[in-house]
Amino acid sequence: MEFFISQILSGISVGGQYALIAIGYTMVYGILRLINFAHGDVFMVAGLMMIYLSASMPLYISVPVVLILTVLLGFLIERAAYKPLRSAPRMSVMISAIGVSYLLQNVALYVTGGQPTTYPAIPFISKPVNIFGVPTQWVTIITPVMVIILVVLLTMLINHTKVGMAMRAVAKDFEASQLMGIKINSIISITFIIGSFLAAVGSILYFTKYPTVVPTSGAMPGLKAFVAAVFGGIGSIPGAVIGAFIIGVCETIIKGTAFTVFSDAFTFALLIVILVVKPTGLFGERATDKV
Amino acid sequence: MKKRILALVLALCMVFTLVACGPKTENNDNQNNNNNNTDAKVIKIGVFEPLTGDSGAGGKKEYLGMQYANSQSPTVEIGGETYTIELVPSDNNSDQAKAVSAASNLVNANVSLVLGSYGSGVSIAASETFNDAGLAAIGVTCTNPGVTAGNDHYFRICFLDPFQGTVLANYAADLGAKKAYCLGELGNEYDQGLIAYFTQAFEAVNGEGSVISDSFPKDNSDFTTYINKAKSEGAEVFFCPVSIAYATQIISQAANLDVSFPFLGSDTLDDNMVLEAAKGTNIQLFVTTFYAEGGNPEFDAGIKEYLNSNSEAMTNNGGNDTISAVTVMGYDAYNLALEALKAAGSGDPAAVKAALPSVTYTGVSGAIAFDEIGDAMRDTAFIKTANTTDGVWEFVKEQAAG
Repeated sequence: MEFFISQILSGISVGGQYALIAIGYTMVYGILRLINFAHGDVFMVAGLMMIYLSASMPLYISVPVVLILTVLLGFLIERAAYKPLRSAPRMSVMISAIGVSYLLQNVALYVTGGQPTTYPAIPFISKPVNIFGVPTQWVTIITPVMVIILVVLLTMLINHTKVGMAMRAVAKDFEASQLMGIKINSIISITFIIGSFLAAVGSILYFTKYPTVVPTSGAMPGLKAFVAAVFGGIGSIPGAVIGAFIIGVCETIIKGTAFTVFSDAFTFALLIVILVVKPTGLFGERATDKV
Repeated sequence: MKKRILALVLALCMVFTLVACGPKTENNDNQNNNNNNTDAKVIKIGVFEPLTGDSGAGGKKEYLGMQYANSQSPTVEIGGETYTIELVPSDNNSDQAKAVSAASNLVNANVSLVLGSYGSGVSIAASETFNDAGLAAIGVTCTNPGVTAGNDHYFRICFLDPFQGTVLANYAADLGAKKAYCLGELGNEYDQGLIAYFTQAFEAVNGEGSVISDSFPKDNSDFTTYINKAKSEGAEVFFCPVSIAYATQIISQAANLDVSFPFLGSDTLDDNMVLEAAKGTNIQLFVTTFYAEGGNPEFDAGIKEYLNSNSEAMTNNGGNDTISAVTVMGYDAYNLALEALKAAGSGDPAAVKAALPSVTYTGVSGAIAFDEIGDAMRDTAFIKTANTTDGVWEFVKEQAAG
């Protein structure tokens, strides 16, 4: 029983961390129809920045600084690598995204010198706690709560503010909203800013639980968050969150059984099944071709 | 007009940069030519190590030992003449696909022999390239039997995995463990090989079914599931011979899960990063290794002074002056190479290769002599434990396989 509870707990927390990354994927896709492959690496860079900054300044300064720098990084990536390609075919932007992803990984490799780096312990959330007699960390409980709060805030932003309305309009029809006087570029920048902010929050929660950062740390969580976004219906925020929780829980349960070596294979098999059976995912809208 | 001036300025800039580079390269060329013409006052030793990638941390520490040895004895006396030793590093990226081109670089640099690599997989991949060039190679800490088996050019100065696995299983039995949980990376020959040898020896003592083994996929970061499984299965020892990055994850995650069983690790876990992860926790961690700090106080003092006076070396060592066993092995390998050069009487690769089997040397890590396969005859390994309050390694005992 204790084993089962510990599995579910760690599944929910892994799911929550995937959810925070998946939202970034799904929002950018919703607006630009671009799969931002560099998103997982932005997450990793946020982790590295935290390590280097916390060495020289106290945590109550370094946490906000990391959030700001990550947001800035996301913004700059969009301006430098995606904006000049706005009128180019969609494939070019995708390739540019892959380029950015490798660039970030290799810069991280250069900076860390290939040494695995250890994430600082953040007070309170890294403290141990007992839940139903199962020892774990506070971060395990805080992650899902944090995800739900952030998602509610985000949905409110999208449904009840002017910026949110503009985002929905851009997602529906890029050119028409441009004609209606919506500043496309600033809306896209805001999307990247929100996505990067969530990735930075996700990285604090994730690396507190799994405190080793290597240049490829972002690759696997990024890929799985992408699968979660597709599973929930890419473009839909609640879909991405629910997809992430399902994948997180299934993955940890499989790891606890005799099929442990297939835990990653399961995630990607799920991607294939979803694409074949229900290409729009759980909550995805059917794409309407505009003539 | 403006454009023309700009173009002119740019052109001049280019010319000047070329000029600036020019003399330097010429000098280098002259030096090289001189070396070739007068038949060399310089002997080159190739360093085949992963300086980047998964094993970058380990490779750098091993190279560090060679650099330190080189700063201590930069020349070698052969036949009454003094030769300067030059280390030629070549990065194999911890990647078997890149190992071959890194090996070819060393062959093209006309080295007399090769030291390395950290990691058995890359050594095996490059073995054929060295053989084709007639070069001898000395493995420093690659413990897989496949490195030296079936060839006459690859030698090794450390112990082997079957030995290490058995030593660890015996030590687990000494700790009173009746049930063991083993965890390794899926598809990693080093991890899986050690687990197989460990299982064999442990089951011989405690009977069939006393070992549970699991594998995790590459780039995995959630190890709590495996640790909880070991707990619920009632394991009394947790054996994880994994790479440094995974080991730090396992140790720090276990610290939050209230585990009572000790962790056993192989030579890879003997690393500052792992020690740092264990610091301040209540984890019991034991590792087998090639050298324990304090075994040779004179050497310890010397290398600590070197590390503290050289900031780059310090960074490569992980930011503090704890001595890794691989650094000591790198030091011994360099000095053994000097012995081989003396025995060969020249820097000719063929002569070095012919002289190597009979070379003996007593290094910091113990006496080294090769058997007929080309492996060093070693019959004990050091066992160290992590002192989690002070963040240092403590020597426990020397353990034999028998």
